[in-house]
Amino acid sequence: MFDDFLFRALLAGIGIALVTGPLGCFVVWRRMSFFGDTLSHSALLGVLLSVAFNLNISLTIFAVSSLIALILLRLQKTTNLPNDALLGLLSHSALAVGMVVLGFLSFIRFDIMGLLFGDILSVNVYDLLAIWIGGAFILLVLWYIWKPLFASTVNYELAEAEGMNPERVNAIFTILLAALIAISIKMVGLLLITGMLIIPTTMARNLSNNPKKMVILSIIGGLLSVFIGLYTSFEINTSSGPTIVVVALILFILSLVGIRKKNYG
Amino acid sequence: MGNNENILVKMSNAGILMNDKWLVKDVSLEIHKGEIVTIIGPNGSGKSTTAKIALGLFEKINGHVDRYTNKISYVPQKVLIDWTLPLRVIDFMTLTQDLESDEIKYSLNLTGVEHLMSRNIRELSGGEFQRVLLARAIAKKPELLVLDEPVQGVDFAGEVALYALIKKISETLNCGILLISHDLHVVMSATDYVVCLNGHVCCSGSPVDVAKDKNYKELFGERSSQLLSIYEHDHDHVHTADGNIEKSEN
Repeated sequence: MFDDFLFRALLAGIGIALVTGPLGCFVVWRRMSFFGDTLSHSALLGVLLSVAFNLNISLTIFAVSSLIALILLRLQKTTNLPNDALLGLLSHSALAVGMVVLGFLSFIRFDIMGLLFGDILSVNVYDLLAIWIGGAFILLVLWYIWKPLFASTVNYELAEAEGMNPERVNAIFTILLAALIAISIKMVGLLLITGMLIIPTTMARNLSNNPKKMVILSIIGGLLSVFIGLYTSFEINTSSGPTIVVVALILFILSLVGIRKKNYG
Repeated sequence: MGNNENILVKMSNAGILMNDKWLVKDVSLEIHKGEIVTIIGPNGSGKSTTAKIALGLFEKINGHVDRYTNKISYVPQKVLIDWTLPLRVIDFMTLTQDLESDEIKYSLNLTGVEHLMSRNIRELSGGEFQRVLLARAIAKKPELLVLDEPVQGVDFAGEVALYALIKKISETLNCGILLISHDLHVVMSATDYVVCLNGHVCCSGSPVDVAKDKNYKELFGERSSQLLSIYEHDHDHVHTADGNIEKSEN
């Protein structure tokens, strides 16, 4: 059964949607969508380094993205530059350095489109293992830090005053995001991971009046996008990553119809 | 002030120097169990900063702060809930603590907002939200309660009632309360120790002593110390909403 690429793609997509749901909620609540972009842009550098030095692709992306995340946290503390400027700085620097490195690697045939938008045909059993083991680990850690992370999302100082450690859980959360990007890049592509993170979540926001419901609905939205998107991309022969994101967008548009005023408190 | 066994926080010459400017300087105060310490002062005098120093929210401070409890609750001056986060009162109550539904109802009832339990936080008025903040802070029976302008946006009758409630909380829970306020006359009646702040401690002591202090009069004007006199006489009557005076029952 694992030889069937569609089945592998489906398993990979389910694994990713289960993780992007809850992580995406925090990304939206904390207004970090641009941060997701920064991390995924830095993934390009990770992919190229892994090719150049023949390293494990997921681990290299994880290492590079984590490094960028930690540099960001450091810069936030030591400079007075606003957050969006710092994110832009890191995002475009990582992208530019990645493209320059790509120039040095001209002897390697490289599927840049697959990297940017995901390539479902290339998902192999090892990628599946990375997604499911990595994903389970991400969810486990998230479960463990949920309360302090949520409290510091609502009010940083209140959480700190009442004995939680917001700085630490924030750092852990950014590492979890880096890990998600590392495991999902093959499936969704680095330009679209942020879309996978936030579009099902914004759909869920339109239909929720409490945080728990929003997390559950964004997981459901992600799963639906994967099911319908994969099937469609298979039937009409389109790229899988963009198709999944387009389905998510359609679900979001449908959710606008379902908006009740009460959810707009 | 009380004896040393009951001490919760001790600040010694604490201050914050940021970009070569003192936000607040040389603050020394102690908070004990069952005692209400009130910080008053004009805008920008460092009241909130002092509260944050007491809570340990700054990495680098001048001077010392020692905290002898970790059962702390905090009501910040501003809590903004982002629209993207759907949050009901009941979700907010359990933000940093696990509570039984009885405990949630009980403390919401104390601040008079039990009926708002399943409402979205963003639908609440300023005064209602302030009451929810207070209810959340007392729900887990803290030893130290830090309240930064806890009655802002609350109507006058509610303000007097909430200060009375704060007084009652300090008595029943035997917790120490650090209260920040700028409405002097109401708060004076419900406090044991007053610190008058204007970048540094201008004067401190019992409410009556502070009101007589010439630094206090300079900072707030003669009129404010006269306001206090309302609260020096025995309160054997209540003022009703229409301005009539009724004999109180006790």
